[in-house]
Amino acid sequence: MATDTSGTPAPSPAGADAPVLSVRDLGVDFFVDGQWFPAARGVTYDVRPGEVLAIVGESGSGKTQSSMALFGLLPANGRARGSARLGDRELIGMAPGRLRRIRGREMAMIFQEPMTALNPVYTIGFQIVETLRAHFDMGPAQAKERALELLRLVEIPEPERRFDSYPHQLSGGQRQRAMIAQSLACDPALLVADEPTTALDVTVQAEILQLMRNLRDRLRSGVVIITHDMGVVADMADTIMVMKDGEVVEKGTAADVFARPQHPYTRRLLDAVPHLGRHRAAGGRSGGTGATTAVPVAERHVDAGADAVVLEAVDMVVEYPGRGRTPAFRAVDEVSLSIRAGEVVGLVGESGSGKTTIGRAVVGLLPVTGGSLRIAGVDMVGASTADLKPLRSKVGIVFQDPGSSLNPRLPVGESIAEPLLLHRGLKGAEMSRQVERLLDQVQLPRAMRNRYPHELSGGQRQRVGIARALSLEPALLVADEPTSALDVSVQAAVLDLFQDLQREHGFACLFISHDLAVVEILSDRIAVMHHGKLVEVGETAQVVDAPVDPYTRRLLAAVPVPDPEEQRRRREARQALLAQGPLSDETVRGDGRHHEDAVELEAGHPPIPGL
Amino acid sequence: MSTQTPSQDPRPAGAEEHLENAIEQKDVAGLSQGQIVRRRFFRHRGAIVGLVVLGAVVLLAVSSVGIGPVPGWWGFSNASGPVTNPGGAPTLSLPTWLGGEGFALGEHPFGQDEVGRDMFGAVMKGVQTSLMVIVVVGLVSTLVGVTVGSLAGFYRGRLDTALMRTTDLVITMPTIVIGAVIGKLAGGVSGLLFALALGLILWPSLARLVRGEFLSLREREFVDAARVAGASSGRIIGKHILPNAIGVIIVSSTLLMSQAILLEAALSYLGFGITRPEISLGLLISEYQAAFATRPWLFWWPGLFIVLIALCINFIGDGLRDAFDPRQKRIPSQRSMDRAAARAGTTVRPGDQTQDAGLGAGS
Repeated sequence: MATDTSGTPAPSPAGADAPVLSVRDLGVDFFVDGQWFPAARGVTYDVRPGEVLAIVGESGSGKTQSSMALFGLLPANGRARGSARLGDRELIGMAPGRLRRIRGREMAMIFQEPMTALNPVYTIGFQIVETLRAHFDMGPAQAKERALELLRLVEIPEPERRFDSYPHQLSGGQRQRAMIAQSLACDPALLVADEPTTALDVTVQAEILQLMRNLRDRLRSGVVIITHDMGVVADMADTIMVMKDGEVVEKGTAADVFARPQHPYTRRLLDAVPHLGRHRAAGGRSGGTGATTAVPVAERHVDAGADAVVLEAVDMVVEYPGRGRTPAFRAVDEVSLSIRAGEVVGLVGESGSGKTTIGRAVVGLLPVTGGSLRIAGVDMVGASTADLKPLRSKVGIVFQDPGSSLNPRLPVGESIAEPLLLHRGLKGAEMSRQVERLLDQVQLPRAMRNRYPHELSGGQRQRVGIARALSLEPALLVADEPTSALDVSVQAAVLDLFQDLQREHGFACLFISHDLAVVEILSDRIAVMHHGKLVEVGETAQVVDAPVDPYTRRLLAAVPVPDPEEQRRRREARQALLAQGPLSDETVRGDGRHHEDAVELEAGHPPIPGL
Repeated sequence: MSTQTPSQDPRPAGAEEHLENAIEQKDVAGLSQGQIVRRRFFRHRGAIVGLVVLGAVVLLAVSSVGIGPVPGWWGFSNASGPVTNPGGAPTLSLPTWLGGEGFALGEHPFGQDEVGRDMFGAVMKGVQTSLMVIVVVGLVSTLVGVTVGSLAGFYRGRLDTALMRTTDLVITMPTIVIGAVIGKLAGGVSGLLFALALGLILWPSLARLVRGEFLSLREREFVDAARVAGASSGRIIGKHILPNAIGVIIVSSTLLMSQAILLEAALSYLGFGITRPEISLGLLISEYQAAFATRPWLFWWPGLFIVLIALCINFIGDGLRDAFDPRQKRIPSQRSMDRAAARAGTTVRPGDQTQDAGLGAGS
């Protein structure tokens, strides 16, 4: 039965327009500390075959939990109420045994993080075959054939070879493809994708979205996409449901919601999304970002001491030492870059391009192996710990993950105070005053100094991180993807704050991000990295509007914008761009010896000998 | 709330950003890490029972025979005296509901040995020795283990190799064998020295755990943040990493302590541990094992206390482990969930595993 996925659309059993899934008044509660707390209330929607419903909301809005309830995958202290019917069967309260037969076969889920959702000790072929054989009476040979067919369907290069690969041997995009193949194994009528592209780079994301769009057309499954990324929504969705605090605040077709958002929250959400090319053209509407109209650079240059260079890198090389027979890995390859005082330079690239490595080398967390790097007059090559001590007060860093960058055992006030204590020897009342001043600066209530990091929200933690980085009034601030772990509206607030602080204090900043739209808002200049090399540096307007390097062009084309019409145009433009050039990132990278994740893994965790 | 906002954006930051894990946070709202751990620990019934029983044992042992020069309320010393019951059988009689003749302590509740020495006093002295051994072993092995583990885990490289190979060496030798050798040398001198020596051979397991914890913690970004702030290695170890590893350390050192009491008993039983005039529980068992058939009380009472103490410590260790492990979530019982649902007056049926399609009027 489940052997034909390539050609004709799968026939839907109950007429073309009968909804695959109809959810009525679905509620999810959690039992905490002797009480039930609602996580979602009164969720009602239908999904028709071939329709893509996007559930949008910030973290904590109940969008994931209400979908997990469909699968009966709530944690032990959760319960679901209301009704959810798949075809003509009620899912809420179904016996676990019956639900198990439906799961995977009639409804499937694509998880956010393919690395953790795929079992690392089995080959992807085995995992797909397992799904098939759990649901159909199928021999191993037949199942393998079908699995290969699925891998071909999701456009994995060399499916025969990939069939026997383990998840860690694939790139992020390929893993997500493998997971999609697995979820499609039984031709599910309903596909739930929980943030399917959040963990991926933009170029890979664009390809996965392309794939999902193709599949939707071919298989006519109903698709529910859970996401916070308005660009993805604009790219994929037919209908949109916006959730806030467990309730549905708005529902409508994609065009309607984007063009005429009704609920104030939706409006706020849409306003918060950085829109590539929109920022500088603030007054009038920018028609198509590919336009080469020269927009004047934002007037934000520092007049005094504009030629004082804070960071000067010439042919800088950073290598991760090899181990045994593994050769040393060159994460940053002869990069030359300079940042003047008070200037914000955006550093953009995909994961594994070496941008984080540069950030860490700049603050002295990683040794520079070759070339030269001078920060505020201190030569970083071969510098000893003692040499670095004065530098520490001139450079600050804001880390990517606010959850991990604050010591969970220290009250946040103490975290902020640490640099002050170590460099200025401040104590007691003077210290208190400084900490309060810093908290005021990042717009946090002073009382928060006695709280522990786990009591703060992501945005608040990141504000604390910024306060700590600014405590010594550094001349240069390295911001390593400071907003990528935050919700869009929180991100917008943090970026606002960041801009205000930058204006006020006039520090130079190296702003590292994979999100071009964010970088565009903040930066005077943008530097683009690819495979450890700097491929393009230029004024923001020039890089965004008239990119010179083909890679920059590809990167820009892949960024989704939160506007369905414009996004459709961009998508077509991107197809055309890809058609003319043979440099397809995904395939090149997939077969390369170091693919992006291997590199990223090394970057995050330098090799640990003897572990 | 926010006292002043110097920049032009008047929005009180964070007020509208709600916590993304708000519901899970309800359980721990406004508590510090330590308070959360304490709360979880006190909810662990086994650990609390263990704590109470252990406390009672300590109190009994210390108050009855006294410590050092301070006399206790129990009159009999370690001298021989007239045998009251035939064969020195315990004068303790159980209450009637346990099948005895009414509760009475008598002169020698735990009985006497063949020369009329009081067994209760001896057992209490033994408990004291065992507790002393536990505390000393706990302190010494934790100190050594944490030092070795944190240095190896933090500095890695050559120091790590040297320290860990030493640890491996200690681990590969059977504890009972080294214990016997050291016990023979130290046990005869004093119980304290013996305990110190035991502590010096029990640290490797702790050292390895701490090293592992350090290896993973040192890669966390807050360590990098501290380094960028200019913190020295010593400060990073002491202020930033160690407090985060405290859970592992406390838990494994408690389990180490229960291991210590058993090892002490085993070594004393074999004659390599504590020797007279000092008394330990293992020593008592070994002395009276021949009397197992004729005067079983001489054997049972010290054995009972060994088991009791080891069990209590294990329970406490269990409770601590659960309390420190944030992944361990208490799954509430069906009954309490139902009751809460009834209180809230929702129309939903208990547990809601049953069908109630289309109802949900309360939502």
